Amino acid sequence: MQLLVTNSPFSEEQLQHINALLPTLTETQIHWLSGYLAFYRSNNVQGALQAAAPQGSAFAVAPVVEAVQLPKEATIIFGSQTGNAQRLAGRLADRLKADGYDVTVSAMNKFKPNDLKKVVNLFVLVSTHGEGDPPDNAVSFYEFLHGKRAPELKHVKYSVLALGDTSYEFFCKTGQDFDARLKELGAEQLVERADCDVDYEETASGWINAIAEKLNSAQAAPAVQAAVATEAAAPASVEYTRNKPFQAEVIESINLNGRGSDRETRHLELSLEGSGIIYEPGDAVGIVPHNDPELVKELIEELGWKPSEQVTTKDGVTLSVEEALTKEYEITTLSKTLLEKFEPFAKNDKFKKLLGNAAELKAYVKGRDLLDLIQDYGPFTWQPSDVVSVLRKIPARLYSIASSLAAHPDEVHLTIRKVQYDAHGRQRNGVCSVYVSERLEVGDHVSVFVQSNPNFKLPASHETPIIMIGPGTGVAPFRAFMEEREEAGASGKSWLFFGDRHYVTDFLYQTDWQRMLNEGALTNLEVAFSRDTEQKVYVQHRLLEHAAELYAWLEEGAHLYICGDEKHMAHDVHEALLQIIQEQRGVSAEAAAAYLSELQDAGRYQRDVY
Amino acid sequence: MTSKKKVEPIGGTPSDVEDLKVASKYLRGSLAEQLNNRVTGGLTELDNRLLKFHGSYMQDDRDLRQEREKQKLEPAYQFMLRVVTPGGVATPEQWLTIDELADKYGNGTIKATTRQAFQLHGVLKWNLKKTIKSINDTLLSTLAACGDVSRNVMCNPNPLQSKVHEEIHHISNELTRHLAPRTPAYHEIWLDGEKLENPYKPYGEAVDPVEPIYGHVYLPRKFKIGIAVPPSNDIDVYSQDLGYIAIVEDDKLVGFNVTVGGGMGMTHGDTNTYPQLGKVIGYITPDQVLEVAEKVVTIQRDYGNRSVRKNARFKYTIDRHGLDWFKEELHERLGWELAPAREIHFENTGDRYGWSKNYDGTWNVTLFIRGGRIDDTEQSQVKTGLREIAKVLKGDFRLTANQNVMIGNIPSKQKAAITKLLKKYNISIGEELSGFRRNALSCVALPTCGLAMAEAERYLPSLLDKLEPIIEKNGLLDTEINIRITGCPNGCARPALGEISFIGKSPGKYNMYLGAGFAGERLNKMYKENIGEAEILETLEPIIAHYAKERKKGEHFGDFVIRAGYIKATTDGTNFHSA
Repeated sequence: MQLLVTNSPFSEEQLQHINALLPTLTETQIHWLSGYLAFYRSNNVQGALQAAAPQGSAFAVAPVVEAVQLPKEATIIFGSQTGNAQRLAGRLADRLKADGYDVTVSAMNKFKPNDLKKVVNLFVLVSTHGEGDPPDNAVSFYEFLHGKRAPELKHVKYSVLALGDTSYEFFCKTGQDFDARLKELGAEQLVERADCDVDYEETASGWINAIAEKLNSAQAAPAVQAAVATEAAAPASVEYTRNKPFQAEVIESINLNGRGSDRETRHLELSLEGSGIIYEPGDAVGIVPHNDPELVKELIEELGWKPSEQVTTKDGVTLSVEEALTKEYEITTLSKTLLEKFEPFAKNDKFKKLLGNAAELKAYVKGRDLLDLIQDYGPFTWQPSDVVSVLRKIPARLYSIASSLAAHPDEVHLTIRKVQYDAHGRQRNGVCSVYVSERLEVGDHVSVFVQSNPNFKLPASHETPIIMIGPGTGVAPFRAFMEEREEAGASGKSWLFFGDRHYVTDFLYQTDWQRMLNEGALTNLEVAFSRDTEQKVYVQHRLLEHAAELYAWLEEGAHLYICGDEKHMAHDVHEALLQIIQEQRGVSAEAAAAYLSELQDAGRYQRDVY
Repeated sequence: MTSKKKVEPIGGTPSDVEDLKVASKYLRGSLAEQLNNRVTGGLTELDNRLLKFHGSYMQDDRDLRQEREKQKLEPAYQFMLRVVTPGGVATPEQWLTIDELADKYGNGTIKATTRQAFQLHGVLKWNLKKTIKSINDTLLSTLAACGDVSRNVMCNPNPLQSKVHEEIHHISNELTRHLAPRTPAYHEIWLDGEKLENPYKPYGEAVDPVEPIYGHVYLPRKFKIGIAVPPSNDIDVYSQDLGYIAIVEDDKLVGFNVTVGGGMGMTHGDTNTYPQLGKVIGYITPDQVLEVAEKVVTIQRDYGNRSVRKNARFKYTIDRHGLDWFKEELHERLGWELAPAREIHFENTGDRYGWSKNYDGTWNVTLFIRGGRIDDTEQSQVKTGLREIAKVLKGDFRLTANQNVMIGNIPSKQKAAITKLLKKYNISIGEELSGFRRNALSCVALPTCGLAMAEAERYLPSLLDKLEPIIEKNGLLDTEINIRITGCPNGCARPALGEISFIGKSPGKYNMYLGAGFAGERLNKMYKENIGEAEILETLEPIIAHYAKERKKGEHFGDFVIRAGYIKATTDGTNFHSA
């Protein structure tokens, strides 16, 4: 195959050299060169590319053309209830390792679905449970693969070993499902599926041998690897804004709080496919929410309007007043400005008196909404045609991004805690958080845009240690940070401080952190759960417990990040930091404060607080 | 004596658990450190294995497993704590401590197990140490409640032979103590180094300075000891690795028949595993009990299978080499021989509910505890009631082998007060229950047991509700039939000894077994494989009707199904699987 500018990432000049050289090479030379290039890539190119790309950016490193040899890679995943599939996975792994393969083995629930894109040879060992169900640790992957987010797998060769028991009606069903689905996704079957009964030994051994033989014979043939599909260049970033938001599809919405928690925190995954939106860890996403339809209904009833009455917005769009109040205009916040706009429509003196008393007005607008105003000070002569001139557009709510584009191409994840409380005799709902938690469903679309935050960014070098303090939903950007560093194979140390109320139910992204910790991507994790012990423990207490080590990290050049509640947490953490610096350096309070502000000036102490 | 058959230990590559035990340094592992790891509420597999020796298992709420995985939360890890209570006897003070711990650190309920131990469920990792410390402060322990060692020694609570009970209970205490692990790991980890005094009084040479009986690798598998007092076989003596059957003459304990090699557990689909009944090997006097137990344990220590765990129980060791070999090996280690076994006769395996009077004029009352679960429900406030009784009681509590509770040694002037409290809290003394309800037994299973494949404790009441009309229609309500159900084939509710048994295969599906002996003297056999509730009822209805019509006087259901040809008798564990 002749390499061209159109089918390779090389320039005309480079291609002249390459195309001149390739036909002259002997078998041995090709072999030698491919090995050399693989080594060259892992040691040089990666670094060079990263130096060239903007640091900390989400640009994926362009794939280098694969060497013309089948990669000796095998990925083995298993779903196991009693441990048989796991044991057999271990045996297959040992066999392939002995043949020189680079083998990864993992339970399906530990396997990152995103890694499917990198897999070449995939071996699935899975048992069937109960009425044809997958074993516990296979369920999430099973659902993923059978869902609409499953990627195309044309680059994958695979085989399935199904374990089962013929005394059950749905013998080996899960294995059969995986087999059929992998085929459907375009993967090529390397060795036929084997279905094992309770005495699986012989069938399983046969399957393992068949795989080893097939792989080895494929290796022996001087096959040329099909050119790896070059990823389509990212379309130029389109500017989406509050007024021109992108309609992102909701692809996942999970309550991160376990049963029995008094909180509800949504993990929302949105598809950015087709938007060309690019973001960096530390950035935020703005969501333009809809108002609660029930509240709109009550308001319209209170006003005595007809819901279907037409209004025309400033942009010239005509829609029903019900829709306008649901999707376009803010009805949940009162302000002095707003109340003043109501003055011409007021019919009673009580309202005029309120407007005349600044202190009373200020107290009144706090925590109340439009429905309160109409009920407390109505009637008003306000009509649907006046909506546009009086109300402002629903403001967007910003949420720190909880994902890295490198880890989740074309996706953005958010962490949103539902706000709901009783005040002034009625239940009050956070406009956006309740919209997201209660009304947005998978498959729905939501208006979003990215708001960049240059003041909350990973250090320029992935070798710089980072200390992240993010209790509650403040942990969101740190998931993005850590995913980014993990994808980049960063070597810098990292330390996360997380806290919430209860360990069992409120440990946000617990299994993500545990995995990163086990794999070494995250160096340290300290947690504080305030309602589990007689004495409340918060993140600042954990900081103080590790004062010496924390200070040593700062002296090594660590960057310090705080995200979350401003009023209490960020303040208390700041005080704890001052105390640590004062004690560890043996300096005055002023000197400690100066130390921290120097860090701040150097961009080494960054906060994203709200 | 003929020359002894030469036998080599089975050998083979030691299983991973054996390696873990060696690496643990006498059950320490990294437990102390892992208990302080705040990032997970669980333990590593190694430490969890070790924790069993300390009397606890890591479990998780399996009802929530899928849901939590989606929520990016680890499983709802929690710990089961088992309290060693030899013979199931506890003082009122001890009862109150367990009761309080269940509320403070557990899930608010207490489980009375089929081995007469207390179990607490739902204890979080951070509360384990506090809970275990409180248990030890009340002079109970969790040491060796689980693990590859001798477990809680069972004995009959003996409402009818109160004099003998004292002696038997004393012996079960002595056995528990003598066979307890002596590693300092337990008090290092849980009791801040506070030592437990339990010096080894040798019957032979210590094999190891730290663990004189077990050595540093402990036993190949768990080891169970029970003492029965005929005519009651409530502790299912033939299901024990080592059983003692008391011989009582003129109200006096004179000695014991010894049985070896019983055990319930098996693996579905693997006919190399099977339940087995213990076999009688001779007779000994009470002063020989500890020595015999120690020597039997050391034979299993030296000859048990350490390569394949599911073939590691003592029963397989004996079946592999033969009973004759075993007897000779035992005699050699003892330096003396057991006397010929005495005649004994068992009548049943159930509990004797209700009131009974002791030789010294005090009273006992055996209560019916559904599924062994001590909790408060709308119908019956067992937990509160027993707490109120414990506050005033001048007697003791005894957990029975059938998961019930007996209140023992009640002074006659307290009898009225206790009766009143039982009424007040709607606690049953079994009188109103049908014969088959009185004799039903289940294990814990879902949602906490990690081994369960199907429901057991939560399902048994509704299954009985559906069976009762069939039983009633056939006029058998007062006939005693024992029914057992477990969520897996490991055998916690001794299912191979049920006249009708169900062993879980998958949610809602069970293998059904018929034909065990009513007094625990014969194993049952599989009648139907992998059936659901509808088929269970459909299958049993005609057999029950047939039994009602054609049974002989006094003939038990388990005997009838064999005579009527429904199923062949299992004459030995080795033919349990043959049709």
